[in-house]
Amino acid sequence: MLHLAEAPIRAGKASDFPETYRRAFRWMLLARVAEEKIASLFRGGRITGGVFLGKGQEAISVATGIALKEGDIFAPLIRDQAGRLAFGESLLDFTLTYLGARSGPMRGRDGNVHRGRPREGLLPMISHLGAMVSVVNGMLLAHRFQGKKGTVGAASLGDGATSTGAFHESINQAAVEKLPLILVVTNNQYAYSTPNERQFACSDLVDKALGYGVNGHTVDGTDLESCLQIIGGAVQLAREGNGPQLIVASNLRLAGHGEHDDSHYISSHFKELPLGRDCIEVAQNHLLGKGWADASALEVWTRECAVQVDEAVAHALREPAPDPAQEEWCALSHRHLAEGNSAKF
Amino acid sequence: MITYLEAIREAQKKALEIDPRVYLYGQDIGAFGGAFKATKGLAQTFPGRVIDSPISEDAMMGSAIGAALQGMRPVIEMQFADFSTVGFNQIVNQAATMFWRTGESCPITVRLPSGGTPGSGPFHSQNLEALYAHYPGLIILTPATVEDAYSLLLEAIALDDPVIFCEHKYLYYHLKAESLPETALPVGKARIARTGRDATVVTYSAMLHEALAAAEELAENGWEIEVIDLRSIKPLDTDTVLASVARTGRILAVGEAWPWGGVTAEVLARIATDGFNLLDAPPMRLNSKDTPVPFHPNLWGTHRPTARTIANALRDLLRL
Ligand SMILES: Cc1ncc(C[n+]2csc(CCOP(=O)(O)OP(=O)(O)O)c2C)c(N)n1
Ligand SMILES: [Mg+2]
Repeated sequence: MLHLAEAPIRAGKASDFPETYRRAFRWMLLARVAEEKIASLFRGGRITGGVFLGKGQEAISVATGIALKEGDIFAPLIRDQAGRLAFGESLLDFTLTYLGARSGPMRGRDGNVHRGRPREGLLPMISHLGAMVSVVNGMLLAHRFQGKKGTVGAASLGDGATSTGAFHESINQAAVEKLPLILVVTNNQYAYSTPNERQFACSDLVDKALGYGVNGHTVDGTDLESCLQIIGGAVQLAREGNGPQLIVASNLRLAGHGEHDDSHYISSHFKELPLGRDCIEVAQNHLLGKGWADASALEVWTRECAVQVDEAVAHALREPAPDPAQEEWCALSHRHLAEGNSAKF
Repeated sequence: MITYLEAIREAQKKALEIDPRVYLYGQDIGAFGGAFKATKGLAQTFPGRVIDSPISEDAMMGSAIGAALQGMRPVIEMQFADFSTVGFNQIVNQAATMFWRTGESCPITVRLPSGGTPGSGPFHSQNLEALYAHYPGLIILTPATVEDAYSLLLEAIALDDPVIFCEHKYLYYHLKAESLPETALPVGKARIARTGRDATVVTYSAMLHEALAAAEELAENGWEIEVIDLRSIKPLDTDTVLASVARTGRILAVGEAWPWGGVTAEVLARIATDGFNLLDAPPMRLNSKDTPVPFHPNLWGTHRPTARTIANALRDLLRL
């Protein structure tokens, strides 16, 4: 696990539930505020390359991150800012990577959502969809070889990524090996511009679980309470040796595919459905309705998030950019075996 | 004025118009018009022939091969060249071997949006021409101009062999021409983009423009640099290159792809074996560095060759 401003608490004992919910909500809020800030920097021309937001997906993402504990594995995808924070990734890793700072975990070599710290169980996604899942499988296999017990690995995917061969191969592999894999598929109805009906023909993606011989769960991705319960439960099942768990959450992406995209193709019909709700608004109302937080607490939390984000951005902006003259142009850990850069290519 | 990207769209439009066997298949290429808008408007103009695929590169390629065997002319858009590796097996083992094994041709065109742009990082910047060229049975095209983007794509679709069409994203919007060409050099012919007598630069795709800028810079000091645009990587027009080196005696091969076993290595190997006695100086080459393509523009700008590094290499070559 990475450093945490505050130690995350896990969805668990019923008595802690309101507290879990509050913590989860605050990670969601922090993710939302942080991403909005990066989006505004992007619009101001301060960020090169793509910006991808998890707006509308914070509930399912945070529920995944918060259900994991030290020693577990997490392979987040592009819409997992909330889950990353809950898992323990620092906000600085986020800002430093988006700005390409030399001091960030990716040292300017990779950017935006392509970041992680493998040693700490946080896998750095490659872009190729579906490719991370079997890597999680491998980490879980290693735990088995090494006699590490009780750990699980979670991987995120979108509806579109379920069309890859990698999805099929890796869920089947995990099933054969009975690995404690939690595969969280967030069906936000679209893969870039492509709607579900051009992506798959089953009536519900969770039906795939049956074919692979794994447990399937569905959850309303806009409802934090259900997300915490369903993911928490699935993680527990995996931890107790019940093999891979496929979770399918439904929601709507409330942003463009990336910030370059106006997402005009999203049918307004979805926006009126419950799955089109903003999970943060839903959670906020839930907190107030249950009396788990009052309006002034919400206001304080929002302000705290803004302060944290501003600090993380200001810090990253002060950090030096990578210097090509000082860069080690070497892709091997055995430097003496790398040839490219002394040879006159 | 027409851009490189518009030329690619126009070529696909023309192919759909003139050949009922042609259809386009790829992620988000239908109503949305593709990630780069290379098929904008085509789904509306040609209903049922511009089709959105699931995110399934292997099946995209396999189905294209099957359709080609049944007499269709599929044009596949990979969203980025980098993702074509997921369909690699079908391309290099199925499409590329089909004619040799069975005598049946496999006329597919695979469009690969290739090459680096600032901030695109390791997985949205790759140049895979050498990887595909390594496999017998494929034609590899690398247009550097608006005219070639149009004419080479039309020719690719008309060819009976599988073609890997490497279009450079950096040129999509930057590069403009007055109009589309009426005639063009055929596939397999290199073009002398600038004539000169002191040294030859052999290059292709986006690097052509860096090389031309370097040649311009050296012209200020009186050097006359010949610049050859290969246009087609496989087949490689060795004759045009040899004839140029016979005139200049010096060669620098430049490519944006990685160096190891790449196009520049192939060009120099041919010069060394077939034209050694034409050389007045050891042949040189310049490529991107042997690391993944970096995200940060500072690193990216140093990772790949630029007009400045090409000009420096040329000065070295001319001093030798
Ligand atoms: C193998 C592969 N093919 C294509 C792409 C290009 N691509 C990036 S994201 C995306 C859509 C993903 O949709 P989905 O899996 O539903 O996730 P969402 O963006 O909706 O969260 C596509 C096609 C890719 N990253 N990997
Ligand atoms: Mg989706």
